[in-house]
Amino acid sequence: MKIAFSTSGNELNAPLDTRFGRASKFLIYDLENETFEMVDNKQNLNAAQGAGIQSAGNVARAGAQALVSGHCGPKAFSVLLAAGIKVFYSDVPTVADALDAYRQGKLIESNTADVDGHWE
Amino acid sequence: MIIAVASGKGGTGKTTVSVNLARMLESNVQLLDCDVEEPNAHLFLQAEPKEQAVVTIPVPQVDESLCDGCGECANFCEYNAIVCFGTTPLIFPEMCHGCGGCAIVCPKKAISEIDKRIGMVETALAQNITLIQGRLDVGVAMAPPLIRAVKTRLREGMPAILDAPPGTSCPVIATLRDTDFVVLVTEPTPFGLHDLKLAVDMMQEIGIPFGVVVNRFGVGDDRVHVFCSEFNIPLLLEIPDDRRIAEAYSRGELIVDALPEYRRLFQSLIDKTMQRQNV
Ligand code: SF4
Ligand code: SF4
Repeated sequence: MKIAFSTSGNELNAPLDTRFGRASKFLIYDLENETFEMVDNKQNLNAAQGAGIQSAGNVARAGAQALVSGHCGPKAFSVLLAAGIKVFYSDVPTVADALDAYRQGKLIESNTADVDGHWE
Repeated sequence: MIIAVASGKGGTGKTTVSVNLARMLESNVQLLDCDVEEPNAHLFLQAEPKEQAVVTIPVPQVDESLCDGCGECANFCEYNAIVCFGTTPLIFPEMCHGCGGCAIVCPKKAISEIDKRIGMVETALAQNITLIQGRLDVGVAMAPPLIRAVKTRLREGMPAILDAPPGTSCPVIATLRDTDFVVLVTEPTPFGLHDLKLAVDMMQEIGIPFGVVVNRFGVGDDRVHVFCSEFNIPLLLEIPDDRRIAEAYSRGELIVDALPEYRRLFQSLIDKTMQRQNV
């Protein structure tokens, strides 16, 4: 299974970026092989509208079944839902921390869009 | 002759200027309320409804049995209204601008267009004024196509006054395009000047002749006047900060009807606007 993390860097110790739609990259971690690859999301940085939707599309096309990120609006959420991607929110500093938290089952799955920045 | 009335922000008296100007024109005139998110010119006119029409834009619909999930449609859409991840794409009609491009690029001819309602255009008559107003449906964010629908009802040969939405964004540009002259309404305050500057920048970009009306003249300071003379912007009219104007406004009355002494003022605005256009 693959998990996507929104980030600004290129490695596991890179910071977790909590702006899902405007994150510059996604780190896609493969839990079976313990490897990862990077997916570029830059084309969405300057999008006038729909950055979240296309970010969700990028995550889905990368084959991720789960996403760990920050704020995610209702439209992006509906795309993730349609793609069968579970959404987890985390505000830990790095991708590696978020991965640990995921493995330990500490992340709570979100069932709603986080429009105001509050999950729950 | 098509005159638009605009302002860098809401609440400056843009609608007041539009409706009083329309009433003061002796001839028949069309008044287009292009502030489609909050049309309010009708509040000042006891207009008799004549006609209503629903406005739609075409939005794509995908036939799942034909689609192979190639994603061409999503790549094409510059409004990000379609997303595709290997299966039938998801479409967000509220973000679609109805350009029709996705249907053209789809190699499988899987996309057809259905009409999505965005609002209404209503026509009403009030004495010499034909009021044509757009009203965007609640929750719809697509003002420009509705504004264009309002403007297609312009009858050539009859003067028209367009009440623009506040601000300087796409709906305002859609309103101002193809007008002959723009009246910018502002207040003589620091905030008024700030918003006026934004509006003036916009006007310089679109290159339509314009002038300024100062509303509530007497409050604030003379910065707007200094700015206008510095940049050679014609000051067309000063509407005094008169309690009775505010009272007439709150009763939904036109200034030129409730306070006839102001007729001269609005007549001078018409005269100056005409002059500006002819040079
Ligand atoms: S019609 Fe144009 S704006 Fe609408 S979804 Fe298709 S490509 Fe995008
Ligand atoms: S372009 Fe046509 S075939 Fe390709 S994903 Fe879009 S709708 Fe499906």
